[in-house]
Amino acid sequence: MSQLTEIRWHARAGQGAVTAAKLVADTALLDDAYIQAMPEYGPERMGAPLKAYTRISPVPIEVHNNITNPSIVIVLDDTLLDTVDVLEGVPEDGVIILNTEMTPADARKALGAPDTMRVATVDATGIALATIKKDMPNTPIVGALSAVTGLIPIENVKKRLVITFGKKFSQEMIDANLDCADRAYKEVHE
Amino acid sequence: MAYPEFDVTKETTWKPSELPIGFVIPDGGNSVKYLTGGWRSQRPIWDKDACKNCMLCWVYCPDASIITVDKEMTGIDYDHCKGCGVCVNECKFGALKMITESEAKEVYGE
Amino acid sequence: MSKEAFSATGNQMVANAMRQVDPDVMAAYPITPQTTIVETYAKFVADGKVNTEFVTVESEHSAMSACIGAAAAGARVATATSSQGLAYMWEELPIAAGMRLPIVMANANRTISAPINIHCDHSDIMGVRDAGWIMFFAETAQEAYDNTVIAFKVAEDPNVLLPVITALDGFTTTHAMERCVLEEDQTVKDFVGEYTPLYPLLDTENPVSHGNFANIGNMYMRTKMAHRRAIEGAADVIEKYGKEWGAIVGREFDLVDSWGTEDADYIIVTVGSCAGNARYAARLLREQGVKCGVVRPRVFRPFPGKQIAEACKNAKAIAILDRSDSMGACEGPVAMETKSALMDGGVTAPVTSYIVGLGGADITLDQMKQVYAELEQRAEAGKNSELIYLGIEE
Repeated sequence: MSQLTEIRWHARAGQGAVTAAKLVADTALLDDAYIQAMPEYGPERMGAPLKAYTRISPVPIEVHNNITNPSIVIVLDDTLLDTVDVLEGVPEDGVIILNTEMTPADARKALGAPDTMRVATVDATGIALATIKKDMPNTPIVGALSAVTGLIPIENVKKRLVITFGKKFSQEMIDANLDCADRAYKEVHE
Repeated sequence: MAYPEFDVTKETTWKPSELPIGFVIPDGGNSVKYLTGGWRSQRPIWDKDACKNCMLCWVYCPDASIITVDKEMTGIDYDHCKGCGVCVNECKFGALKMITESEAKEVYGE
Repeated sequence: MSKEAFSATGNQMVANAMRQVDPDVMAAYPITPQTTIVETYAKFVADGKVNTEFVTVESEHSAMSACIGAAAAGARVATATSSQGLAYMWEELPIAAGMRLPIVMANANRTISAPINIHCDHSDIMGVRDAGWIMFFAETAQEAYDNTVIAFKVAEDPNVLLPVITALDGFTTTHAMERCVLEEDQTVKDFVGEYTPLYPLLDTENPVSHGNFANIGNMYMRTKMAHRRAIEGAADVIEKYGKEWGAIVGREFDLVDSWGTEDADYIIVTVGSCAGNARYAARLLREQGVKCGVVRPRVFRPFPGKQIAEACKNAKAIAILDRSDSMGACEGPVAMETKSALMDGGVTAPVTSYIVGLGGADITLDQMKQVYAELEQRAEAGKNSELIYLGIEE
């Protein structure tokens, strides 16, 4: 973390992208980073495409605008690829993490991503359905982010999940969340 | 806490820095010091003999200018009466009537 | 709460500052993007974390009326609003200020209809700039917190006794989650101290009249002069308490935050969160050898004209970024006042006024770099430029 890292999230409203954007920021905070997390604001309509943003920096973050040139893009729903240009503004060495059943090679083709970009895929929805029994791919994808970028250690993700969910959820639910983050950490391919 | 001495009659001489903050009047009941009798063009005259002390005039007077002692009317406060005539209008016994200020000067010499 | 860093939105920080101050009365009506302030605060009330009487009113007009009544009665009072709500409150605002009632109000800066738009700009807050209130602008969630605490201290100072608006940018600051520090409850309580109202209506031993008539001669005008002197004098009080708070928590609060101005050739003057974008661009440009600076008034009323002119005195060209327009005027409100201050301060560098980020239009890094690049050209041309709507093709 020698500089400002900017992550853009693409999802449909209701998939928990904003929660995930905040989870990543909160996890980075455990390592004493400066953070920002926010949705792109607008009317909230279940199913509508939305963007969310996370910034992580070793020094105080001064910039307050939307993220237009993210070094990391996370897509929580592969059906968005038909309607949303998720690669917009991404630098040549950007990282794309996609929740899909596709292989990384197929995903790269579907995205139209150049060879210089890293493309990783994980079946976050499948993992979520198997563990937390709900179509909430947001927690698993954070595990995948940890594996692919090393931006946040998986131990911290789990530590943060316990802090966040500890007050609100049953032990069973917390364990399921920890499990799904772990599985995505291991199952993400590049 | 008690407030500094306050004389509402001197308000026209206050400098901005001397005004009570927020233009509050930090002194209750000071309207008695503010004489409004001069606003009058007519005045009510009280006929003590016709008066039954029913107190309707006392109830209706907007300037608290009906003077009473031990539940009986004793006169009118001409320092504050503005001559609106509501007391005359309300009196059922003809004990109050309005006269002009010039008539009052002729008859009562004031 | 310990002082370790945690994540919070601007609205959560404002609500927590108010919780720590624990005012006697809050009367408020919810409106986007202020809602989470009153929502969070109402929960504090329901959970018994504060002793505040929460008055659920039917409108912002009533909210401010209730605040005025409570403050005149002698209570410590807080509220929050935004946009149309602030506009609906307008009639009551000069009354609160004229009666010298130290109410603290957070405003989530949002634009004004029409067309309908819920996003950030300063059209709402700049519409009340002449209502006689002290006005603070926050850049970050942390500042929104600090500003709220300091606002109570300044408002209630016996030499000030004026209401304070603490403005934070809608969504950008109200809803973005940032790294923050919450001071100990006791630290805040000790700093703001007990409030002793000057003329409480509820003191029946010492009856007073509030809201009096000043209809004859120049009495009204004399009260206005007293008001002007009070708000001018508030500048020293803000500085004093800003330093005191800074000494306690390590975060200074000054009338103006100047960055790189000692040697800057090109300076952007702006208020609110946009200043962060400008400063970030300025840092990047300095790495390339372009001497850029940012001047950010943290207080808009009283307007710190002298400090702004002083910070701009060595600039070769100056841009003023307004997040609202004053339709038909020469430029936006920040530009008008800054230009006036620059003239008084003898600063003659060419000045360009920009309108930026209306209705939540993104203020990008590229735009900030563009402004600095245009300033280089203007410095060469040596004259002021026409008003520019940044990022809009005509």
